[in-house]
Amino acid sequence: MALRLVSLALFFALWHVGAQFAGARMLPEPLVVLRAIVEEARSGALFLHLGATLARVLTAFVLAMIVGCALGLLMGRSRAADRIADPWLVILLNLPALVIIVLAYIWAGLTETAAVAAVALNKLPNATVTLREGARALDRQLDEMAQVYCMPFPTRLRHVVAPQLGPYFAAAARSGLSLVWKIVLIVELLGRPNGVGFEIGTAFQLFDVTRILAYAFAFVAVMLAIEMFVVQPFERHVTRWRPKNA
Amino acid sequence: MSRAGVQKTLDVSIRQKGFLAASGEKLEVLNNVVFRLEPGEVGAIVGPSGCGKTTLLRIIAGLDADYDGDVMRPAGGKLGFVFQEPRLLPWRSVFDNVRLAAPAASAHEIDGLFALLGLSEHRGHYPGELSGGLARRVSLARAFAAAPDLLVLDEPFVSLDAALAAHLRSELAALVARKPVTTLLVTHDVDEAVALADRIFLLSPRPARIVGEVSIEAPRGARNDGVVKEARVKIARVLE
Ligand SMILES: Nc1ncnc2c1ncn2[C@@H]1O[C@H](COP(=O)(O)OP(=O)(O)OP(=O)(O)O)[C@@H](O)[C@H]1O
Ligand SMILES: [Mg+2]
Repeated sequence: MALRLVSLALFFALWHVGAQFAGARMLPEPLVVLRAIVEEARSGALFLHLGATLARVLTAFVLAMIVGCALGLLMGRSRAADRIADPWLVILLNLPALVIIVLAYIWAGLTETAAVAAVALNKLPNATVTLREGARALDRQLDEMAQVYCMPFPTRLRHVVAPQLGPYFAAAARSGLSLVWKIVLIVELLGRPNGVGFEIGTAFQLFDVTRILAYAFAFVAVMLAIEMFVVQPFERHVTRWRPKNA
Repeated sequence: MSRAGVQKTLDVSIRQKGFLAASGEKLEVLNNVVFRLEPGEVGAIVGPSGCGKTTLLRIIAGLDADYDGDVMRPAGGKLGFVFQEPRLLPWRSVFDNVRLAAPAASAHEIDGLFALLGLSEHRGHYPGELSGGLARRVSLARAFAAAPDLLVLDEPFVSLDAALAAHLRSELAALVARKPVTTLLVTHDVDEAVALADRIFLLSPRPARIVGEVSIEAPRGARNDGVVKEARVKIARVLE
């Protein structure tokens, strides 16, 4: 923990020094950015935009995780499903995020639905691939044990299968959350009237680096909080049975 | 094979069982393995390593349906299986491992089994915190807690030290005596087979078939060195 703080302090120190060289227009000092954050917060605009972005991130994330994980499990368990869905997955995996977003806006209009769907569609293949790995790695021996003792399906799912998938789910969630919020920003920049992406777009037109950094860091802080208070405790919970060194 | 009414015996009649090796070569593992266990009878299968004992048990347990022949399990079909490896859920406590496999058993019954098998202080531990011997005992407790109609054990005491193996053997004998259950035990230790079984089936090397059968008449509690020696002689005669 101490090492982390030192590393973080070093980051801000470097930023501060860099700001002296680059000048306030190109790179404002950390304190200036902080002051901008506070100001935006006081006017209420910050929470409005953070809230809009966070809502999109969470909706798209949940959507992508549910559909992506279900698809991944199906593909990992059924060979036929894997054969059928794999080409689609490869296409989706390699289609640039921008293409999906632009097409979604063209086909469905500049709507909230199009925005969220485009983001979810970008995240979905990652979740699918990760959970497919997890489903393939399921322990045959434990499966046989469950079969021999005639464990009912819900018991098997909860006590035999889910704990094995936990780490894969956590990995998909972690990489997913950071990916989703980056894509949400692009979606907002291109076709939404609010949100962090929209604000950054406006600031870009005004060449307002302070504002860009203020919104970016405010949202990074939100994501950091989610990581620390939701994702990490979940991960600790699902791996609590692992033997630890004294 | 079954007479009128419900199936009580375990009837095994496997004509042929083979595996396709990765190289594409066909590997014949079982050939004409036919036997029957009466209700409450303890049968032991003794055979050399790699002859097909685990394969036979997997077929009997219904884990492998790809064979030529018939297996009739005692009605009720509840099964207790002690695998060659413990196969515990690493993310559930010792107690939960047993409870999940035997939801009908009360906590009181499970704790009774734990006391008998020396597991009481490990009740709340996770399998990763157990020694190999303890994990095996949990696997035994799980099989008994399920109150099976058929109990199948695949070399349950192998690689334990002699004293512990002897102790667990007598615990197993006590458990079977307390509540008779049709039991099939695989071992390559003749002494173990003599100590526990009513009947011993001797298997040939692969492809396995039954080359002989030896009954042990003395009651399980009274099998002294004399009985063991006598059985050994009988077995040696069969294997000649
Ligand atoms: N899934 C499989 N595919 C191919 N060959 C197999 C498979 N399972 C077992 N075998 C082969 O079948 C034979 C019998 O295996 P099995 O595990 O039944 O032996 P075993 O009598 O239980 O041996 P041990 O006493 O060492 O446990 C072995 O030669 C093994 O290599
Ligand atoms: Mg074996």
